Amino acid sequence: MSLADSFRIAVRAILANRLRSILTTLGLVIGVTSVIVLIAVGQGAQVGVASKIRGLGTDLLFVQPGQSNDRTTGARAQAASLTKSDSDAIVAAQIPGVIGVAPQISFQSQLIAGSLNSRGPIIGTTPDYIAVRSSAVAEGDFITDADVERKALTIVLGSTLATTLFPNGDAIGQQVRLAVGGPIGFNFRVSGVMAPRGGATDQDNQAFVPVTTMQSRLPFTRNATGEISVTQISIQMAPKADQDAVKADITNLLVSRHAVATPDFTVQSQNDLLGAASEVSATLSILLGSVAGISLLVGGIGVMNIMLVSVTERTREIGIRRAVGAQSRDIVLQFVTEALTLSIGGGLLGMALGVGIALGLDGRQVAGQAMTTLIQPWSIAVAFAVAAGVGLASGSYPAFRATAIDPIVALRNE
Amino acid sequence: MIDLIDVEKTYNTGAGPVFALRGTNLHIDRGEFVAIMGQSGSGKSTMMNILGLLDRPSAGRYLLEGQDVSDLDPDARARIRGREFGFVFQAYNLVPRLSAIEQVEMPLVYQGAPDRHARAAKALERVGLSAAFHKRGPTQLSGGQQQRVAIARSIVVEPRVMLADEPTGALDTTTSAEVMALFRELVEEHGITVIIVTHEPEIAALCDRIVRMVDGVIVQDATSRHTAPEHRGEVSA
Repeated sequence: MSLADSFRIAVRAILANRLRSILTTLGLVIGVTSVIVLIAVGQGAQVGVASKIRGLGTDLLFVQPGQSNDRTTGARAQAASLTKSDSDAIVAAQIPGVIGVAPQISFQSQLIAGSLNSRGPIIGTTPDYIAVRSSAVAEGDFITDADVERKALTIVLGSTLATTLFPNGDAIGQQVRLAVGGPIGFNFRVSGVMAPRGGATDQDNQAFVPVTTMQSRLPFTRNATGEISVTQISIQMAPKADQDAVKADITNLLVSRHAVATPDFTVQSQNDLLGAASEVSATLSILLGSVAGISLLVGGIGVMNIMLVSVTERTREIGIRRAVGAQSRDIVLQFVTEALTLSIGGGLLGMALGVGIALGLDGRQVAGQAMTTLIQPWSIAVAFAVAAGVGLASGSYPAFRATAIDPIVALRNE
Repeated sequence: MIDLIDVEKTYNTGAGPVFALRGTNLHIDRGEFVAIMGQSGSGKSTMMNILGLLDRPSAGRYLLEGQDVSDLDPDARARIRGREFGFVFQAYNLVPRLSAIEQVEMPLVYQGAPDRHARAAKALERVGLSAAFHKRGPTQLSGGQQQRVAIARSIVVEPRVMLADEPTGALDTTTSAEVMALFRELVEEHGITVIIVTHEPEIAALCDRIVRMVDGVIVQDATSRHTAPEHRGEVSA
């Protein structure tokens, strides 16, 4: 019997039981689809997180308060452990390799301009921020040293924020009101609009004010001793700087300033963040991949089950075929072809669906975040190969069982 | 052409061995029209299975055209079966989802034969089923028509031997007569050896030779050729 003949017989059998065939393949379709989609999502997350971290700037160190394991100090006390004067001290120490220091205070606030309003993080910082975070201003000016000195009511809007509040593009020189909470609010003059940064983060939805303005206007940013708490100090290093040495110098400086035995702050380089994040997202990828793998396996068992039922049901047909001259390999070929046709069909359908869904999800907003999916060619190949392999395996066993059927018994089978 | 020499068949059942055939000797020549008769349990179906290479004897020898076929493996038997034998069963044994023409093509598919469609159409024509029936499945055919399809399927490979197990068991008298006339035609016009297993004396009487079996033993082997012409006349009338 030729392959074309056995394929024709297989298609006939599959079409004869249309609903059952569809339900059988469905398991494999879902399995292959989920492998492709989940791996694309996992990889997308991995790449997305990495690009977000890289997008922060280059050669950066981040000093953040807290995370000491001293249980006696509450979260608030920990949050207050990093101050504006720490930042000033780092500048004053002139640590070799450090070329910029930008303290940041941030909080969420509503911004109102005329009848329009928006919401976003307000960041109190210094002119160094531009260099440290490799940002650029599209129009007007960023915060200047003079602004910091005067505690000026100046605000620089992120590009998205500017478009939301001033759809006509005439933001510069306009008034924006920050509604800090309840009746408290301040009017700021827009001095600049940032160039769009793009990417998956909401960096374009931020606004910047002089750190000193924030200190003096917003009392809640001060800690118990009247110092101004900062949420982060970003430090720009020279491109060739010894990152570990800089990290150690800053740690030593702050430890001695804070007079603590163990650091009550963390100093992390971009590489540290990248490492941690990629570890997390790699774990996520593996997790998603295994879930998908299990569903593929279950789909395969479904095919095997149906093939076994099909062989039992068609005992008589097998007997007839044996009686008219079908040899063992013809019977094996028939059932293996049938299982393979089902599973390859399911695999192809799953491939199309998986790629389609992964492409459709790319760039979609999910939970306020733009989703990135990255289709992995190997995942398509593996999913398809597993589907086909499962088909072969689940067709072979029932097929060999079919050849063991005695034609006499099969023919008497009513 | 067919020689069974001291053939025995024993089945091992839970209640001990059952002797389906004991020391059977049978010779059948090319072009004979033979009926094997007997009650159920007489061993006639076992005889048929062994003759058709569906089963193999426990002891003794089976010579087909002088070649010993009693010890062949299942696939070798399948090959000979497909080439030399045509089978017709009481229950027709058509594959449920296939059309009439596909049923008839099936043995040719396994032989890898060319011109399958044309040969199948010719076989159907020979059993009196026109092209109008080609596309019909078993459920769209009457019992007689289904049996005709089954006969067409068995003759399409141009077998030397046709084995029919109670071929008229499920058919009414008129249709039975038609099917028997068809067998007669195969014998007379195509030189096919036809062997029928039946328990109906009226059907056996339409054959040229009657082999009677009781308890796995041939008790009578009579040539009734002298009665055949009258019956033939009746059937074809």
